[in-house]
Amino acid sequence: MNKPLRRIAIFCGLLVFALLLRDNWIQYVQADELKNHDKNRRVLIARYSQPRGNIIVDGQPITGSVETNGTDFKYKRTYKNGPMWAPVTGYASQAFDANQIEKIEDGILTGNDDRLFFNRTIDMITGKKQKGGDVITTLNGKAQEAAFKGLGDKKGAVAALDPRTGKILALASTPSYDPSTFAGGSTKDEKAWNALLPKNDKDDPMLNRALRQTYPPGSTFKVVTAAAALENGKYTDIDAPTDSPDPWKLPLSVKPLPNEGNIPCENASLRQALRYSCNTVFGKLGDDLGEDKMREQAEKFGFNETVDTPVRAYASVYPKDMDRPGNAMSAIGQFDTRATPLQMAMVAAAVANDGKLMKPYMVDSLRAPNLNTIEQTSPEEMSQPVSAENAHKLQDMMETVVKEGTGTSAQIPGVTVGGKTGTAQHGVANSKNPYAWFISYAKGDDGSPVAVAVVIEGSDTLRGDIAGGKLAAPIAKSVMQAVLDTERDK
Amino acid sequence: MSSSTTNTTTISTAGPPSRRNTELAMLAFAVIIPVFAYANAGLALSDEMPSGMLSYGLGLGLLAGVGHLVVRKFAPYADPLLLPIATLLNGLGLVLIWRLDQSKRLAQRAENIGQVFSPSAPNQLIYSALGVALFVGVLILLKDHRLLQRYTYISMAVALILLILPVFFPPRFGARIWISIGSFSIQPGEFAKIIIAVFFSGYLMVKRDALALASRRFMGLYLPRGRDLGPILVVWGMSILILVFETDLGTSLLFFGLFVVMLYVATERTSWIVFGLLMSAAGAVGVATFEPHVQQRVDAWLDPFAAFKTGGSDQIAQALMAFGSGGVFGTGLGQGNSDLIGFAANSDFILATVGEELGLAGTMGILLLYGLIVERGVRTALAARDPFGKLLAIGLSAAFAIQVFVVAGGVMGLIPLTGMTMPFIAQGGSSVIANWALVAILIKISDTARRPAPTPAPTTDAEMTQVVRP
Repeated sequence: MNKPLRRIAIFCGLLVFALLLRDNWIQYVQADELKNHDKNRRVLIARYSQPRGNIIVDGQPITGSVETNGTDFKYKRTYKNGPMWAPVTGYASQAFDANQIEKIEDGILTGNDDRLFFNRTIDMITGKKQKGGDVITTLNGKAQEAAFKGLGDKKGAVAALDPRTGKILALASTPSYDPSTFAGGSTKDEKAWNALLPKNDKDDPMLNRALRQTYPPGSTFKVVTAAAALENGKYTDIDAPTDSPDPWKLPLSVKPLPNEGNIPCENASLRQALRYSCNTVFGKLGDDLGEDKMREQAEKFGFNETVDTPVRAYASVYPKDMDRPGNAMSAIGQFDTRATPLQMAMVAAAVANDGKLMKPYMVDSLRAPNLNTIEQTSPEEMSQPVSAENAHKLQDMMETVVKEGTGTSAQIPGVTVGGKTGTAQHGVANSKNPYAWFISYAKGDDGSPVAVAVVIEGSDTLRGDIAGGKLAAPIAKSVMQAVLDTERDK
Repeated sequence: MSSSTTNTTTISTAGPPSRRNTELAMLAFAVIIPVFAYANAGLALSDEMPSGMLSYGLGLGLLAGVGHLVVRKFAPYADPLLLPIATLLNGLGLVLIWRLDQSKRLAQRAENIGQVFSPSAPNQLIYSALGVALFVGVLILLKDHRLLQRYTYISMAVALILLILPVFFPPRFGARIWISIGSFSIQPGEFAKIIIAVFFSGYLMVKRDALALASRRFMGLYLPRGRDLGPILVVWGMSILILVFETDLGTSLLFFGLFVVMLYVATERTSWIVFGLLMSAAGAVGVATFEPHVQQRVDAWLDPFAAFKTGGSDQIAQALMAFGSGGVFGTGLGQGNSDLIGFAANSDFILATVGEELGLAGTMGILLLYGLIVERGVRTALAARDPFGKLLAIGLSAAFAIQVFVVAGGVMGLIPLTGMTMPFIAQGGSSVIANWALVAILIKISDTARRPAPTPAPTTDAEMTQVVRP
């Protein structure tokens, strides 16, 4: 009977071997995938098993952790001034996962990041509990406060950048939400979360309007069109009269493109056209340059591409394959042109920074629990949308807008400010409330420390370019003022 | 030249060494390792040495010591590995169950469904003691394993009764596999596997020639006569039917495997393997088509993570994530979250705790320990001199191997989950007690197999050539 016995022995060996193979497959080959599976509760348990690291603005944490007595989660995330900072931090909730910086830098904040391996090992040997690292942001608390307060109970967003480096200084979005209200896992948290969902709140407070909502940029886009005109040599002297009839009919159409109000636009120079925000001049410019050149210029400013700050900003759009009237309308920021507030801040920043566009970012550095810096973001040039010479011309034009044009309400005594207003029509046949825009920059002795874009939805009382100047420009002004103040105090 | 003259016989009187001291040394490790594991889990869970440390160590040591003394006295030539491995597995199982007893999550869960959470480790310790008692009993009372041959038909009856009884008791967790009297309950399937192996061995030993030789050729296969195969086929068929009716699939698979293996070994005909595979394929497809319970399990096996979308049991997915989270070296005892699996965490799914907390290294170690028990069992079968012992040893070893494969394979998502327990490790009295008995029988057979032949009577030839001493 020994022959079959030996075969049975081999069979039993194969059974054990199959188990060993399977074990290696799930615990070695698939281990990472299973470990980080989005249904693996251990990820959440680990995330809240110790106080999370903090997100830091101006050296002060804007987040915190409190101890709870749940079976799974020992700590709960708290936020200081949550609604104001929500567009920066995102949320970290025991029940509803996390997003934005809280999600992207989760490894650092929980202390699980590979770069913290050495720290963890030391802690393990010395018997200390694992600690999370910190995320140091580039934001400016005063500027953020100015932006958030300025927006008040209006619906809108503000994005402010340091043009010299691309550091994001303010990122506000209203209406906002307090991530603390659903940081836990209780039924109360669930209610708070449900109330914030777009289906229950038409205003969609959890939408980060500064990065993830595109609006028609309206007249603020004329800066891009002006840049295209200068860059392509269509006009070189900003004070020379342009070839622009008024009224000007849209190509292939009998419809004239109207200007807002009674403004001197016939053959106006570029400076005057921007000062008064002439639709006829810039519409015709866009048509003269053609769609490809316009799009090329817009893309140099960052359109048609997402930006990771590291929170991803949606791509702004300068559309493709339009007919001529569409392109002419797009050149004045209507039709299908769409931009995020961040994108328009980038346009202003590139102009202010002598034509050099820096990549926007909001994480300055990542810090280990022992305060060692483990990653430092360095400013990075994204593109050169306009030459330095043309940038100066554009600055000249934008400064005229603030000095004596539609943007006078952004004037700051003793400071050179350049800007552009915009009121974007919205809805079929302009049926819905327009968006009030303002983009601007302020210039100090050593270049421009701040460029800002403000958008306000639903300014139903005011129409015309005056809306951008009336509603959005004061907010931009207070943000710029806040940055200038902190620059001076440095 | 006197030494050469004393060794002229072909059968050595010295025989293989008894290896009892080797066994004792390994038993020391088998006790010390779980004691350290216990300390480790306690420190990880509450930052202090568990209070029951001393009594636990002494208890396990006492069980091992008693086992060893009885083996030394009643089975001196037994295989030295079986007892230490069983002790080690049982000890580690106790630690793992104790560790899961400390889980707040499981306590909370019991509270949520309106039950009182009671720790399982103390009961398991009592069952382990009962298991060792049965082990001792078998070694003392069973003078020779061949005595079991006498009970061939009685075993058949007992096995069938054991299998039928649970039908009259209420089902638990969807399966009628328990006999419960008051708070006491046993799972007769675990005992039935041993008893049915005894029946198969006894019957096949008598009928093996008839089965192997008096057969008709049919489609290239040798089929035995009905009157030879009939009874065994009936018993086997009945047990499978009962188990399917009780939705105890793991045990049906185990019985089927046992049947095919023993028939193959007894008749030495490969056609049985072919036949067995065909039948099991047909049976599996048939059962899977008609039983919704089985369909669910097959679906859960094909896509374990579907449970999160469609509802249903997420146990397999949870177990897989536990294994994955453990990685190569594991989180360390007491530091994992395998209790997320839920109510079966300390019974069917206890291997997932091993996987998470001891890692790939620990799981492979445990699987190899099981492999080693099977290997020693097969070796015992090879060494056994009587066909009954051979059949019984291979039957018990194969049953053990199949059980480990079915459970571990199910928990690790290799095959559909069928619901059985890891021998020795999982919480559950019947399982621990039955497996101690199984090991006792293997030890008894190995003792007989390795026992040196009695000193032969001096032959007249030898005397003739002997040097005449002064």
